[in-house]
Amino acid sequence: MGLPAVEWWILDKMRQKQHSFLSVEGLTYVIDGQTILSDISFEVSAGERMAIFGPSGSGKSTLIRMINRLDEPTSGIIRVEGEDYRNIPPSSLRRRLGMVLQNPNLFPGTVADNLSFGPLSHGESLTEDDIRTLLTGVDLEGFENRDISRLSGGEAQRVNLARTLANKPEALLLDEPTSALDEAAKAEVEATIMSVINAHQVTCILVTHDPEQVRRLSERVMLLEDGQLVADGPVAEVLNVG
Amino acid sequence: MLGRWIENQVWLGAAQAGVTMVAALLVVWLTVRLKLGLKKDILVALGRGVAQIVLVGFLLTVIFGADLWIAVPVIMIMIVTASVMTIKRVSQIPNALRISLLGITAGAGLVIGVMTFLGVIEQDLTSIIPIGSMMVYGAMNTNALMMERFRSEVGSHVGQIEAGLALGASPEQVIRPYARRAVTSALTPNINGLRSLGIVWIPGAMAGMVLAGENPAYAGFYQFVVSGSIFVTAGITVLISIALLRKQVFSEAEQLLLRSEAEL
Repeated sequence: MGLPAVEWWILDKMRQKQHSFLSVEGLTYVIDGQTILSDISFEVSAGERMAIFGPSGSGKSTLIRMINRLDEPTSGIIRVEGEDYRNIPPSSLRRRLGMVLQNPNLFPGTVADNLSFGPLSHGESLTEDDIRTLLTGVDLEGFENRDISRLSGGEAQRVNLARTLANKPEALLLDEPTSALDEAAKAEVEATIMSVINAHQVTCILVTHDPEQVRRLSERVMLLEDGQLVADGPVAEVLNVG
Repeated sequence: MLGRWIENQVWLGAAQAGVTMVAALLVVWLTVRLKLGLKKDILVALGRGVAQIVLVGFLLTVIFGADLWIAVPVIMIMIVTASVMTIKRVSQIPNALRISLLGITAGAGLVIGVMTFLGVIEQDLTSIIPIGSMMVYGAMNTNALMMERFRSEVGSHVGQIEAGLALGASPEQVIRPYARRAVTSALTPNINGLRSLGIVWIPGAMAGMVLAGENPAYAGFYQFVVSGSIFVTAGITVLISIALLRKQVFSEAEQLLLRSEAEL
């Protein structure tokens, strides 16, 4: 649930005292003459739970892809803990800002193969205990050796989340993580996300077009419309105006 | 029968081609009767086929009278033409022509050069040009198959490729399975060709030598030289092309540039 304005103000002051984890300054993205994002600026504090909310085509997925550097902005800058993200090797940046894409896009093989992919790609391996712990975190105990073709939509998305967590990211970027799921699976995945955020105390940016999901998972929300940032503040305040 | 009436070899060839053309026109007539809608395609193909091959025949008559060095520009023209034809369906891939040109030049150039130097291909124009053309043709087909398959593999696995990148894997790591699949599928017809050599089919070089009265055993060995060289040329070509190609689909910031089949 969102917070009343006074509590938000107190939280905002507290956040200013915390260090800024992510800073986005004047981000603009133009492709084929069409402006997808226009001069977007905001900051995210460490440990904050923020949602980027807006209708389809508002540019929210593009924005989160740019934070993970899967797309390149036309202009503007993103800083991670004060450092220009262009100075961080893309693979390191992406491990720090773990992205969970809309569709799980799991790799062929077992659940364990998928969890090991990120660490293996930079020369680390997961122990059986690591895999068990990750699966327990997403409520999929005993799924290590299950082939991904035998997973339900909700299970696949939870494996996707665990696969991202295997890199021990400092922040989670969730791009419409439940949009392809039915109501029951959506509730399961949301519960898992909340439990993961609480357990890892990780900064979280969620992209969604579902206002109820914003209320359930976030404390702050940014409203995007036609590539413009039109509101940024406590959930109850922004969504009531929106 | 024709040989008894016509003594001049060129006129005899023309008459034989004429008989073949009549047979082909019968097929065209049948397709028209069956309303297959192929009339125009077949007529254009027949016209082009006969004009091109006869023209090349006359051209080779002139070329075979020239010095040995003429083989270099002739083979180069074949390589450039093959490279242009290779990229017809993959021109959206950045630098596709340059990659194809480098791949085919390295594959065909290396194999033709080494084989000629070692005397495996006889050092005369009547051997170098026809055998060289077979290698360039083989390299062109294999490279075109590989490039098309690679484009299609990338286009249909955008989600998994980006998921891999988002997990911090390098472009090299995420593209590897799709590059491997493209190379494997492109080389499979060559491998099958080698496997079935002599059992399922007797290829052109051997058939021609036997028809010309050569010892069939020698013709068999020589056919392997030709088929094996075509395989080596194709292999080198696709390995060089894929090494260059896999770098073209990512930006310097390790972002996937070819995003979907629709964009390709």
